[in-house]
Amino acid sequence: MTLSRPLVSWLYVSPLMLVLIPFFVLPILVVLVASVFETDGFGSLIPTFTLANYANVLTSGLTFNLYFETVKFTVLTWFFTLILGFFVAYFLVFHVRNQLLAIGLFLICTVPFWTSNIIRMISWIPLLGKEGLINSALLHLGFIHEPLGFLLYSSFAVVVAYVHQLTIFMVVPIFNSMARIDKRVVEAAFDVGASRFDIMRLIIVPLSKSGIALGSIFVVSIVMGDFFVTKVMSGGGSASVVGAFYEDISVLQYPSAAASAVVLTLVLMATISLILRTVDIRKEITR
Amino acid sequence: MGNIMLDDSSKPSNRRARTESGKGRALSRRSFMKAGAAIAGAAIGSEVIGAPTIWAQEIKDIELRHVGVSYSVVKAIGDQAAKDLGFKVTMQNLDTSAAINRFITQPNSVDIADLEGWQAKLAAKRGVIQGIEAKKIKEFDNFLPIFTKGELDGHKIPRQGISPYEALYIEKPDSTELHDGVTDWLTNVPQVYNADSLGYRPDLVGHTVTEWKELIDPKFKGKAAILDVPAIGIMDAALCFESAGLIKYGNKGNMTKKEIDFTCDKLIELKKDGQFRATWTTFDQSVELMAAGEVVIESMWSPAVAAVRVKQIPCTYAAMNIKDGKEGYRGWCNGMGLMKHLTGKKLEAAYEYMNWYMSGWQGAFVSRYGYYSPVPSTAQKFMTPAEYAFWYEGKPAPEPVTDPYGVPMEKAGTVRDGGSFVERVTNISCWNTLMDEAAYMNKRWNDFKVA
Repeated sequence: MTLSRPLVSWLYVSPLMLVLIPFFVLPILVVLVASVFETDGFGSLIPTFTLANYANVLTSGLTFNLYFETVKFTVLTWFFTLILGFFVAYFLVFHVRNQLLAIGLFLICTVPFWTSNIIRMISWIPLLGKEGLINSALLHLGFIHEPLGFLLYSSFAVVVAYVHQLTIFMVVPIFNSMARIDKRVVEAAFDVGASRFDIMRLIIVPLSKSGIALGSIFVVSIVMGDFFVTKVMSGGGSASVVGAFYEDISVLQYPSAAASAVVLTLVLMATISLILRTVDIRKEITR
Repeated sequence: MGNIMLDDSSKPSNRRARTESGKGRALSRRSFMKAGAAIAGAAIGSEVIGAPTIWAQEIKDIELRHVGVSYSVVKAIGDQAAKDLGFKVTMQNLDTSAAINRFITQPNSVDIADLEGWQAKLAAKRGVIQGIEAKKIKEFDNFLPIFTKGELDGHKIPRQGISPYEALYIEKPDSTELHDGVTDWLTNVPQVYNADSLGYRPDLVGHTVTEWKELIDPKFKGKAAILDVPAIGIMDAALCFESAGLIKYGNKGNMTKKEIDFTCDKLIELKKDGQFRATWTTFDQSVELMAAGEVVIESMWSPAVAAVRVKQIPCTYAAMNIKDGKEGYRGWCNGMGLMKHLTGKKLEAAYEYMNWYMSGWQGAFVSRYGYYSPVPSTAQKFMTPAEYAFWYEGKPAPEPVTDPYGVPMEKAGTVRDGGSFVERVTNISCWNTLMDEAAYMNKRWNDFKVA
């Protein structure tokens, strides 16, 4: 007796459901419910139904500024990780002849992730500080006469830290996509006289679109959901969306933090579904 | 029979009788001795050594989780307590906001809560702590009257913000509101406190700083930092603006919307001008900022100043005595609260622990990085006379002074920044707080951060 197809599919996804529902869906529902409650300022939640929290979040100029800052970092990070990730993947796929060597180098890229993320971020501070290595070297060589202040506790430092952390998330999906490109197509293009640039533009980029999109999803959701890197590397000078509602929790304003969280989740879901339109997931994971 | 015993003790019958009654006497003597020894042992055990005796066996399995900020809940103190008391003490560190969130949302995961005055108010309101019997705290009468009566030497301690005295008393062990006035039940047992001000590099600043307005002085543009902890940073800012004569606050610890707007707008202006190099949230960050030369003046906490000096970098904690109704220190006080779920043996152990805290070792330890004990008389017992003279009496150090871990910090002859503790504490202008308009203040503070 064979089970009907729909039932079989449900069975396939049930383990994942069993994990996602209690640990993901339920907490989100709790946050959703908390966002329509009120608080007495001392941390208790008063069960009512009020949209005041959402009204506050959506009409406040602060929200606009916060999203602007966060989106700014997201776009800059995305841009630089894309460039770095694309070229690293390109090198690994097309310029390294030996398959084994390619995989070996690829694994080496992941070695930094064997240490704590936070330590890797904080180690930028002695490098970029006014008395840090870079400034000392530049002063010593005579290129500058005063330490460069913008290297640390600035937007520059934030983007550097993010790019450092997230390039690998771009390298992996793009590597994956590029490796599927049939090398014979590239060879054929060469043979008919296409320039390197044309090959890049007309063959490689379109065929790695899925990889780029997947990598972008990783980068965008991580940067928009992060506050720690922004807080530490900007020296508290920049705020982020998540940072703001973390502060709300510090003063026990749970409903307004919940409302901000729901708004952020919706924004992210919209962004990601837009990105997903350019990706053919089936093609990526089959074959 | 009695007659025969008296005049002839060698006759057998008499001897037997004698032995019997002698045995009876011996038995009662022996049992008396045993009981006496037990009582004496208990007395010696609990009074002199300070360790629980009769139930020593049962309490070995008890573990107390003391949770709080890193400058107050120090691992070395917990280890010493475990050594002296016989049960396990685990110290866990969280920053101020994470700590209060934990106490309120997961009260059963904490035994002893490290509470500031305003946190005690919150915790009581949410019903997660139980009242502490003042009578059971042995050193309670030796506590400085700042905490127990709100005054010192007849001088009433200012109550801007939430002073530890205001947050100390509740009417009944399960009350949720604070009580204004002395009662038998406490929300917390104060264990460490200080008067905070600015830290600066005397070699780079060039003169002695005694006024808060120096932090916002354009001379230090790009070389100043301010504290970024909700509700505390804004008070440092308030002290600066009041010092510069820009505004006079009704209560820096409980600002009105207009005052909050003024303070935050001014902060945004300063930030856009590039006054602040950075803001910091943990005290390690403040140490790094000062030690790495990123800033020359910033809000600082005492152990941070000590940590910078240990690196042989000059750093002074400014003396901010109250002048013309301006300036003054920002005071704070952390105390130990008992979580509601503690009962039975664990509760007994908790009281033992709190009494140990007040018995002097901890007081001496925290004094060595500039904090004070609410019971200086016991702390004095564990400090050398030279140390006490330096840290509490504000006298020049008769010999080199070390930090709590034994690392030499000050040369002989240096005077503690700010002078004696009486001088510093009576110049406290406001206390750490949670304002009524906390939500609004938080929003405006976020505006400052985004600017």
